[in-house]
Amino acid sequence: MAPEPPLLSMSGITKSFPGVRALDGVDLDVQAGEVHCLLGQNGAGKSTLIKVLAGAHQPDDGTIRWRGEPVTLRSPIAAMRLGIATIYQELDLVEHLSVAENVHLGHEPTAAGFVVRGKAARTSTGGLLKRLGHPEIDPTRLVGELSAAQQQIVSMARALSHDVRLIVMDEPSAALDPDEVDNLFRIVGDLTADGVAVVYISHRLEEIRRIGDRVTVLKDGRAVAGGLPAKTTPTRDVVALMTGRDVEYVFPERPVGEPEAAPVLQVRGLARDGEFAPLDLDLRPGEIVGLAGLVGSGRSEILETIYGARRPTAGRVTVEGRTLRPGSVRSAVRAGLGLAPEERKAQALLMLESVTRNVSVSSLSRFSRAGWVDRRAERAAARAAVRELSLRPDNPDVPVRTLSGGNQQKAVLARWLLRGCRVLLLDEPTRGVDVGARAELYAVVRRLADEGLAVLLVSSEVPEVLGLADRVLVLREGRVVHTAPARELDEHRVLDLVMEGSPAS
Amino acid sequence: MTQPVSPPRDTAGKIGPAGRPATWRSLSARADVRTLSLLGVLAALVVIGGVTKPDEFLDTRNLQLVLTQASVIGVVTVGMTFVITSGGIDLSVGAIVALASVWATTVATQEYGFAGILFTAMVVGLGCGLVNGVLIAYGGMVPFIATLAMLASARGLALQITDGKTQIVTIDSVLRLGERDSYVLGVPPLVIVFAIVTIVGWLLLNRTTFGRRTVAVGGNSEAARLAGIDVRRQRLYLYLLSGLCCGIAAFLLIVLSGSGQNTNGNLYELDAIAAAIIGGTLLSGGRGTVTGSVLGVLIFTTITNIFALNNLQSDVQQIAKGAIIVAAVLVQRRTARTA
Ligand SMILES: Nc1ncnc2c1ncn2[C@@H]1O[C@H](COP(=O)(O)OP(=O)(O)OP(=O)(O)O)[C@@H](O)[C@H]1O
Ligand SMILES: [Mg+2]
Repeated sequence: MAPEPPLLSMSGITKSFPGVRALDGVDLDVQAGEVHCLLGQNGAGKSTLIKVLAGAHQPDDGTIRWRGEPVTLRSPIAAMRLGIATIYQELDLVEHLSVAENVHLGHEPTAAGFVVRGKAARTSTGGLLKRLGHPEIDPTRLVGELSAAQQQIVSMARALSHDVRLIVMDEPSAALDPDEVDNLFRIVGDLTADGVAVVYISHRLEEIRRIGDRVTVLKDGRAVAGGLPAKTTPTRDVVALMTGRDVEYVFPERPVGEPEAAPVLQVRGLARDGEFAPLDLDLRPGEIVGLAGLVGSGRSEILETIYGARRPTAGRVTVEGRTLRPGSVRSAVRAGLGLAPEERKAQALLMLESVTRNVSVSSLSRFSRAGWVDRRAERAAARAAVRELSLRPDNPDVPVRTLSGGNQQKAVLARWLLRGCRVLLLDEPTRGVDVGARAELYAVVRRLADEGLAVLLVSSEVPEVLGLADRVLVLREGRVVHTAPARELDEHRVLDLVMEGSPAS
Repeated sequence: MTQPVSPPRDTAGKIGPAGRPATWRSLSARADVRTLSLLGVLAALVVIGGVTKPDEFLDTRNLQLVLTQASVIGVVTVGMTFVITSGGIDLSVGAIVALASVWATTVATQEYGFAGILFTAMVVGLGCGLVNGVLIAYGGMVPFIATLAMLASARGLALQITDGKTQIVTIDSVLRLGERDSYVLGVPPLVIVFAIVTIVGWLLLNRTTFGRRTVAVGGNSEAARLAGIDVRRQRLYLYLLSGLCCGIAAFLLIVLSGSGQNTNGNLYELDAIAAAIIGGTLLSGGRGTVTGSVLGVLIFTTITNIFALNNLQSDVQQIAKGAIIVAAVLVQRRTARTA
């Protein structure tokens, strides 16, 4: 369009970690006012590339030009000074600080150079939150008390608190509801109208089509396509570029006929005051039941209460006729329940440990005799589970901290795959997982179900719930408003139910 | 359907790095940079000792003395390593050693002879550990506060029992353990106990489910809980373990000094924490190394010995120890970044 140089131009960026070449000569051009999408499978190098751009990683090779001038981004501060703000994939807020303190962390408004002007910080934070469409978030609240979606908004406010020319968003929509996503896109639209450039990473291709202008595709650390038109490139071409093959983005077939066996999991009148109303639920072996609802509708709370991680205020959970001790994870795990929680970093992963040890931690007794761990068997089993989910790199000895986001999610699933439980509770199992791996994951879940596992699935992505589950419970404000076989529902119907509640009755 | 599309190049056709050479490779990999640098420091200290006081430092008796001194604090440090790895801290170790050593040497206890002393030391250690553990794991107290309270009360109780007097041990079989003629091939029995505790500790941390759970609790206690680990019981066990180590150390100290005193074990908590940290155990939990801790203890004891041989004051010693802690942590951060 314009004859002037692009706002940002990265060329030949190379970055290696011990044993992995995460980026291998990547080029990326971004124009002012455009939404440039970055696509690629898990571990393709997207987050690494934007960390280089944010000054968080130093590239081994390559040049970065900002408005035509070569620049070196020695530190995150250097990048911020140029006007580059980054919202990372793993949220990086300080839980024990307030919203306003987080937003202004590192550049607090001060008097006399060092006295923090708290009032000014709160006022400007309030303004930013209003601009982001979330005036209800109180700037004085502690960030740890906010929901994931609200924390996402706070990160965004933090990015906007600088004078930005370029905002990088690494999977910002992963934790958001459909209407939150709409809000996010509105913000992106406002920003680009002001001439701010946005680099947008997501595994949801339909989003790319909605807001993207151009697309760069990464595969194994290389840019296999740069600057494709986002609106007109066919999805299958994009997927083929990402994965190097044609992925049929379909759900595995459901078995014919209803499962007949007696329910393995029975939930009776389970409730938690202020979170969800009494819930009855039967889950049979071989059945996948989905919980659809907005963030905050009590889905995760239900899963965690069934699992014993939260103590119910009423009701009970029975597995194969045995009633579980309320509020005891141990009793649930012993009875054969497994939970892949929503917040993998906070609730599931041992970041300093290897993949093997993360995978085996729930099945240690299987690999040990009299407390003695048989490491060979442990490693072999972990390797098999890792292979089954095609986790990359497929070496189970690497620390889980070095895996890309989607692969960390697979490590959590591998844990329960290995344990071989009877009832698997999946909370947002594909958050951050790429299209190719998703299809594999769906196939694995369905296969496990065909082998007799019962699955309770929570997902913010309605098509996922409808495609994978046999039966769907629609939740609104902690209450089941509708139950139906998945094939009798469609996305619109579910969204209507979720927002408005059951029209009749 | 679940076939990998393009098998990752390097692993295709390789059936895991099993076989002979792998054991060697994993051995050398395990002797990581940190352990090697600690060994380097220790070697440098031995050279310094050998150069400044060639006759005295390298004398067998002196080396035996260094190792014996290291044994008492070493046993305490092994227990401390577990507690710190789990994300906790035990400030009461010195006080527990004092209490156990005086309780085990009262006139009444000594009536029961060798077994009575040994048994009492261990039981007192375990008892204190139990109180710590229950308060922390089930009472929800912060480890720092709970063990600080234990520090104060155990020291107080020790003073009350002894009334400030030194309690002399009169049991020959106990005293004989500290004498030269009970050395095995030149190795003092105390050092053998230390070696056994070290080996057991290493195995416990690296080869058992107990060790795995300890690391998991320290690395992410919420994740450990959701993975089905009984986090509270694990915490209780860890403080019991630390208490037991203190009991053993108290017994060693009784043998070594032939007495029990309420001032025993003064500032052991600091030495043990410092040794564990320079050894490479993360104060924030989630990573621990028994080997590193033991090397840390040996380094500290050797420094103390060299300073004593060179007639340097203990204040200089303290400053040198502080400097070493800072240097070790800096080196570790550097290696952690490049590794
Ligand atoms: N600190 C690190 N140490 C070692 N390897 C790393 C480190 N960070 C990333 N890697 C590796 O670099 C590669 C690229 O990772 P990156 O996080 O950029 O992937 P990604 O494209 O963002 O994937 P995802 O969609 O799963 O988030 C992966 O193989 C990853 O394992
Ligand atoms: Mg990423």
